[in-house]
Amino acid sequence: MTIPFLILAAPTIAGIAAAMYLRNLVHCILALTLGFAGLAALYLQLDAQFVGFTQILVYVGAVAILAVFAIMMTRSAGPMAQPVFSSSWIKGGCVAGAVFAVLAWAIYRSATSLKMLPPQPEVAVRQIGDALMHRFVLPLEIMGLLLTAALIGAVLIAMQEKPEMQ
Amino acid sequence: MLGEGIVKGLAETARNFLGSYVSKDRLTTVQYPEERLPQIEAARNFPFLVYDGEDWQQGMRCVSCLICEKECPPKCISIEKSKDKKLDASGKPQFYPTVFNIDVSVCMSCQICVEVCPFDAIKMDVDFELSTKDRFGDLLWNKERLSKSNEYYREIHPTEAAAVDAQLAEERAKLEAKSKLAAEAKAAAAATVPAQPAVGATAEK
Amino acid sequence: MTPETIDRIFIIWKHWLLSYAPAGVQPLFSALLSVVPVLAVFPLLFAITTVLERKGLGRIQNRYGPNRVGPYGFFQPIADGVKSLTKEDVVPRTADQAVHFLAPLLLVAAAFLAYAVLPVGRNMVVANLNAGVLFFFAVGSLVELAVFMAGWSSRNKYSLLGAMRAIAQMISYEVPLVLASVVVIMAAGSLSTVTIVNMQASYTGIWPHWFVFTPWGFVGFVLFMIAATAEANRSPFDLPEGESEIVAGYYIEYSGFKFALFFLGEYLGMFATSGMAITLFLGGWAAPFSFLTWVPSYFWFFAKLLVLIAGFIWVRGTLPRLRMDQLMNFAWKFMLPMTLLNIFVAGTWHFMAAGSVRWLVCAVLIFAPSVLLALGLEKGKKKIAARTYRFAE
Repeated sequence: MTIPFLILAAPTIAGIAAAMYLRNLVHCILALTLGFAGLAALYLQLDAQFVGFTQILVYVGAVAILAVFAIMMTRSAGPMAQPVFSSSWIKGGCVAGAVFAVLAWAIYRSATSLKMLPPQPEVAVRQIGDALMHRFVLPLEIMGLLLTAALIGAVLIAMQEKPEMQ
Repeated sequence: MLGEGIVKGLAETARNFLGSYVSKDRLTTVQYPEERLPQIEAARNFPFLVYDGEDWQQGMRCVSCLICEKECPPKCISIEKSKDKKLDASGKPQFYPTVFNIDVSVCMSCQICVEVCPFDAIKMDVDFELSTKDRFGDLLWNKERLSKSNEYYREIHPTEAAAVDAQLAEERAKLEAKSKLAAEAKAAAAATVPAQPAVGATAEK
Repeated sequence: MTPETIDRIFIIWKHWLLSYAPAGVQPLFSALLSVVPVLAVFPLLFAITTVLERKGLGRIQNRYGPNRVGPYGFFQPIADGVKSLTKEDVVPRTADQAVHFLAPLLLVAAAFLAYAVLPVGRNMVVANLNAGVLFFFAVGSLVELAVFMAGWSSRNKYSLLGAMRAIAQMISYEVPLVLASVVVIMAAGSLSTVTIVNMQASYTGIWPHWFVFTPWGFVGFVLFMIAATAEANRSPFDLPEGESEIVAGYYIEYSGFKFALFFLGEYLGMFATSGMAITLFLGGWAAPFSFLTWVPSYFWFFAKLLVLIAGFIWVRGTLPRLRMDQLMNFAWKFMLPMTLLNIFVAGTWHFMAAGSVRWLVCAVLIFAPSVLLALGLEKGKKKIAARTYRFAE
C-alpha cells in the first residue's frame, strides 16, 4: 500500500461509487469513465503500459462513448424519479458481499499472492504479440470470429429493409 | 480519375494565392479608412433637415406637420410642435419644431420620411461615419445637429437637389402669381364692392 | 559552436539548469523543464498559425486578410487573445455547470498530453514510452469524451447535434487513423516513437529512409492525413461546426476564454496529429537529405510541421464541406478497406525480395483496388448535368 497507489485508488473507487449513487445517468457514465481512467493509471503503475493504454483507448475512448450514445438514444438523460436505493438492497448487498468474499478468498489463497515475485522485466509489446500469435492464437481467432459475427448481426439489424414492391 | 477534381481545385486556389501577390488587380478590397470608393450620388444613410439661406433657425423648411414622425417605421423621430408661428423663408407664417430629434441607432435608413415630407424639408445625408463613444448622449441628434443648408444638399445630391429646387421655385412662383392674382382680384373686388355687394356675400359663403 | 552543440543546445541548457536544483527535487524539476517548453511552444505556434491561416485563406480568396494589428497584422493573435480573455463568460442557466466547466479543460489537457510522446528533436522527447503510439491514440480518444461533455452539458439542441456528429465522425475516422499507422508499427517492429524515428534517420546516398517513400508508406501517409483532417474537425470534414446548419456545433454555448480553450484544443490536436504523421511517415526530426544533417534536428521537425499546417490551410481554402452520408460512406467504404489493404501490402512488401518487382507488385496491389473502391463510391450517385454559370468566368 504505497502512497501513489492510494492516490490512484481513491479517485477510482470514488468514480465507481459515484457511478452507482449519482441520479443523472450521464453523470453516472462520466463518473464510471473516471473509474476506468483510474484503473488504467493503476495498470501503468504496475508497469503494464500496453494494458494501461489499451484500457484508456477501449474503455474511456469507446465503451464510455457507446454507453453515452445508448443512453441518449433510448431515453431522456434527465434525473431518475425513483430513489437510488431499491427495496431489495439487503439482498443485493448480501450477493455483493458474497462475491467479494469468494474473490478475496481466491486471491488470498492463490500461490502468487503469497510469495514475493522477483521484479519482472518490462513486458514489451512484441512479447504480447508473440504470445497472442503463438500460444493464444486459437482463443484470439475464436474471439475474432465471435466479434465478426456480432458485427454482421448488428449490420443486419440496422440495415434498412428493402421495400417489398417492384 | 480518383481525386482529379480535388487536384484541380487545389491548383485553382494556389493560382489565386500566388496571383494575389503578383497582380494587385486581383485584390478587390478597398482599405477603408485610408482608401475610399467614390461616393455614388444616390447613396443615403441618415436624414437631415434642410434650411434655406444662412440662418438655420430662420430658414428651416420644416413646418412641424408630424407626418414623418407618424410614418417612421422604427419610430426614431420625435417632434414637438411649436405653439406660435414664425415666418419661413418665403415670408409665410408657419409652425416650426421646437424639438426635432432623430435617434441614429434606431434609424434604418429607409427614406420614408423623405418620401412623405410635403415640404422637402427632410432629406437623406450620405455621411455614414456616425459611430461614437458616447452611446447615451451622442446618438440622439437634435435639431441643430440635424440642420444642414440647401447648399450642402446641392453638393451631395446635385441632380435631386436641382429637381427639388426647380419644383420649389415653380411652386413659389405659382403661389406668388396666385397671391398676385388674388391681390388683384381683391383690389378689383374692392373697387367693385359698392356696385355688387351680393356677389361678395355669396363668395364668402 | 559545432553543429552538434546547436543540435543539443536545449538538452545542454536543461542539464545546466538542472544542476542548480537540489538533489531531492531533481526528478520533479527535470519533468517540469521538459513539460514547460511544450506548454509554451505549441500555444505560440497556435497563435502564429491562426494569423497565417487567416492571411493565407484571405489570399486564396483574393483578399488581404488581417493587416491592421502590428506589422502586417502579425499581432492579431494578441488582440484576439485580449478580446477573448476580457469577454463575459456566459454559462446557460440550464447548463450542467460542472461538466460545462470541465469539458474545455479536458479537451486541452488531452491535446497537450499527446505531445508527451512526440520526438521534437534528437533526444528531445518528454517521455520515451514503450507503447508511445498507443499512448498517443489512447489520449486522442479522450477528445471524444470532452466533445460529448461540451455538447451534452450545454443543454442546447445545436450543441447536442454537433456533439453527436463530431463523435460519430471521430469514431469513424479513428479506425482508419489507427490502421493507417499500423503499417509503420509493422515495419518498425516497435510502438516507441523514438525507435520509429531512429529507424528512418539513415540514408542511402543522399536519400533518407522515410517510410513515406514506399508504396505502403505513401498510401498510409495519405490515408493518415485524411483521417487526421477528420479527427481535427477541419474542412472539408468540419460538419460538427457546420456554421450554416448548426451554428457552431458543440461549442455554441461557450464564450470568452472557454471558447478560446476549445479553439486552442482543436489546433493543438491538429498539430499533434500532424506531428504524429511526421514521426511515423516523414522521418520525424531527420533531415530530408544526408548533406543537410548539420541543420539542428528540431528545426526539421518544425519545418515539416509548418509544411503540413500549410497543407491543412490550403485544403481548407479549397474544398467545400462534405455531407454527413458522404462523410460516413467515405470512412467505411473507402478509408477502412484501403487501410486494411495497405496492411496486407505492407506484409507483402516485408516478405518480398528488395527490387523493382516488389515496387511494381505493391503499387498495383494498392492502385487497382483504390480505383475500384472509388468507382464503387461513385456508383450510387445521381448524375447531375454540368452547370453553366452565367457570371463566373
